[in-house]
Amino acid sequence: MTSAPPATPPTVRTARPAALAVGLLALLAAGVASVAVGARAVPVGEMWGAVADFDPLNGDHLVVRDIRLPRTVLGIAVGAALAVGGALIQTLSRNPLAEPGILGVTHGAGFALTVGAALGLAGSAVSQLGLGVAGSVLATALVYAVGRHSTLRLLLAGVAFSAVLMGVSLGIRLTSPDTLDKYRFWAVGSLAGREQADLTVPLVAIGVAFVGALVIARSLNAVALGETVAHTLGANVARVRTVTLVLITVLAGAATAVAGPILFVGLIVPHLLRRLTSGSVPWLVGLSAVVGPILMLVADTIARVLLHTGEVPVAIVTAFLGGPMLIWVVRRYGAGSL
Amino acid sequence: MTTRLSARDVTLGYGDRVVSTRLTLDVPDGAFTAVVGPNGCGKSTLLRAFVRLLTPDEGAVTLDSRSVSDLPAKGLARELAFLPQDPLAPEGITVRQLVARGRYPHQSLLALWTPDDERAVAEAMVTAEVEDFADRQVAELSGGQRQRVWVAMVLAQDTPYLLLDEPTSFLDITHQYRLLALLSRLRNEGRTVIAVLHDINQACRFADHLVAMKDGRVAAEGAAADVVDAALIKDVFDLPSVIVADPVSGTPMVVPE
Repeated sequence: MTSAPPATPPTVRTARPAALAVGLLALLAAGVASVAVGARAVPVGEMWGAVADFDPLNGDHLVVRDIRLPRTVLGIAVGAALAVGGALIQTLSRNPLAEPGILGVTHGAGFALTVGAALGLAGSAVSQLGLGVAGSVLATALVYAVGRHSTLRLLLAGVAFSAVLMGVSLGIRLTSPDTLDKYRFWAVGSLAGREQADLTVPLVAIGVAFVGALVIARSLNAVALGETVAHTLGANVARVRTVTLVLITVLAGAATAVAGPILFVGLIVPHLLRRLTSGSVPWLVGLSAVVGPILMLVADTIARVLLHTGEVPVAIVTAFLGGPMLIWVVRRYGAGSL
Repeated sequence: MTTRLSARDVTLGYGDRVVSTRLTLDVPDGAFTAVVGPNGCGKSTLLRAFVRLLTPDEGAVTLDSRSVSDLPAKGLARELAFLPQDPLAPEGITVRQLVARGRYPHQSLLALWTPDDERAVAEAMVTAEVEDFADRQVAELSGGQRQRVWVAMVLAQDTPYLLLDEPTSFLDITHQYRLLALLSRLRNEGRTVIAVLHDINQACRFADHLVAMKDGRVAAEGAAADVVDAALIKDVFDLPSVIVADPVSGTPMVVPE
């Protein structure tokens, strides 16, 4: 062999940074739209003024400061958490149908909220947040205890345990209309009004977990080759799996606790990016953290303007957007891409 | 014959099922060792013990007289590279990306991609002859191409030892010989190659050191010309045969009766 190694085609090396740049610009645009659009339209000039030169008597400034900006930040955090959680669980399980709530997070939170509401504990936003987190953590802890020896067992335990929790919760809600009412507010995933609670803890948790996801991503590159190859490459498979599962639980748990169950963001975003990232987990995690929030903000903005009176819950919009997107991915790349 | 890698009195098994009892084997440095034997004789198990996928119940696998159990995981991965029988590539991965994964043991948690990594990946792709389709998806390749990509991945690991579990399975005859010739070339360049092979005649032709296993023990080992005869084939494979000289290489060739 005398031929020199060929130069890397520029298309491959530049595609991912270019996608990141485009994604960040799109996220900026979606963020501006999310602050501007709503029952009261805010001009872009007033938006800047609300940040740089706040006037408490200016209605536009108040809307931006008290509602739109916190809600946009929340949308970015929730979208990133779900998409990154989805990228991690799909990579770890090598299962394209896995979504971040599969380990019991979603139904654990729903169960805790149902029980809390039945006992009259779910009155305030803070207590709902607390119940959601407690339910997520307890449910996933039980799932780990049963299935920690292999990823497949974990998924099966998660699905089975979720089904039990869902059934019990449903039973409680059907016999207690009052509980059903309280639960319904949470169960329809939405950002509306959720920005009014103190979000410091969930936002910090999501930020820390995202950094953790970027750090563990390189080891996941090795684990994605299967346990045998990962071991012989010197990866500590058990430790990588445990750390990744904790990160998924924190990401999905925090997002679910503040916004309720939001379908499809965690499932669809990693699929949209898989080809582009050509199998690199660090890029998949990084780009998911950009594209997840775009999807979330666009869906939330649409949710605000779709009806003349009131709002459509964002989870309904993400499902409407996500379903066709998933079908598009399958048709475009064939079922093999899933 | 010098040897750095050895199995010393190892008892290997899965739970209660014992595969090998007190097996000892020295792997000659810089040679192509082929392990042959009937299905279920413990060939793959032995290979898995060498790369610490399996911990011996008794005895130890040693590298430079140190038990491999005492070595750090990445340190061991810089000495021994292993290609399992049926590795699965992640969805969407390109050839270059997969080969680059072989650099994992050379990287720390946060280190960036270095020129050394770049060079090792480029060299591995040239050696395994996969650079022509470096930016294609692994899933789109033929079986023979895909197997060479995996070989490139373990080459990028840049280890003195290459262990391969039946690397020629599922390949057509052309690709089988092409792969074995590649392994011989790697041996000539100074690597130690240990491969489980299905085809006894290929093993005789390519290996410097033949290890015949039966029921978890080493039935015979040495140069093929010294150890392969009709009695051994009858003992190991329970197959009556005539041994003739391979008309091309002159090595023993087993012709079943």
